Amino acid sequence: METRTLILSAILFSLGVFGVLIRRNAIILFMCIELMLNAVNLAFVVFSRQAGIEGQVFVFFVMAVAAAEAAVGLAIVISMFRHVDTVDIKNFNLLRW
Amino acid sequence: MIQELLWWVFAALTLGGAIGMLSGRNPVASLLFLVLSFFSLAALYVLLGAHFIAATQVIVYAGAIMVLFLFVIMLLNLGHDYHADVRRGGWIVVGFVCTGIMGWAISRMLGVEYRSTENAAPAIEASVRELGAVGAIAEPLFRDFLVPFELTSILLLVAIIGAVLLAKRRV
Repeated sequence: METRTLILSAILFSLGVFGVLIRRNAIILFMCIELMLNAVNLAFVVFSRQAGIEGQVFVFFVMAVAAAEAAVGLAIVISMFRHVDTVDIKNFNLLRW
Repeated sequence: MIQELLWWVFAALTLGGAIGMLSGRNPVASLLFLVLSFFSLAALYVLLGAHFIAATQVIVYAGAIMVLFLFVIMLLNLGHDYHADVRRGGWIVVGFVCTGIMGWAISRMLGVEYRSTENAAPAIEASVRELGAVGAIAEPLFRDFLVPFELTSILLLVAIIGAVLLAKRRV
């Protein structure tokens, strides 16, 4: 079961990366990032069965960081929406070459 | 036996939720698919014996963070009108190639990593039986990881201030 769960976590991470690459809606990009964080959490939990309970403590920290990231990221989305009236990232090109 | 069956059911739900999130046109529908995926992940955590993590997954992720996303979607009124936002042409190829190579490499690497012979599952189960599901995590968290734990509170404070400041109309 452990090896299969690790494969599942790799697949979930890849799906998150795929979503970040092909979607342009900023909110959906954030959801994909959350999916990637969750895939990493799943791998941590599986490895905690091999290396000790510290893996689950790391999951706890990852969740705290994810909460902070979601709050700040969504605040950035709101303030960008105020400027350009859309969340499509093709309009957010101020820092592009 | 029943555990194997449950694993397949919840793994399928997790993957299905993730794929539904990626392909959904409506952000609210995408979000609900993602909540489904996170709930199924919590079930997988239970199957792996991480009960406290499963509870936190439901409360913090499926509860708090996803509701925050829902609030923002509704605040910005993104629910009705769909603008095509899937990239076309070259980006799709890039996406498939990058994802394929990376997924293959990661799954191979994780599979190799797990072949080691150590097994901490009995020790974890013993400490859960002795201290309870919360106590088993609280002991290392408040003894070995006390400084990171306190730093987390600073991180959350900074995130609160940053979020309020960024979303405020005029500072």
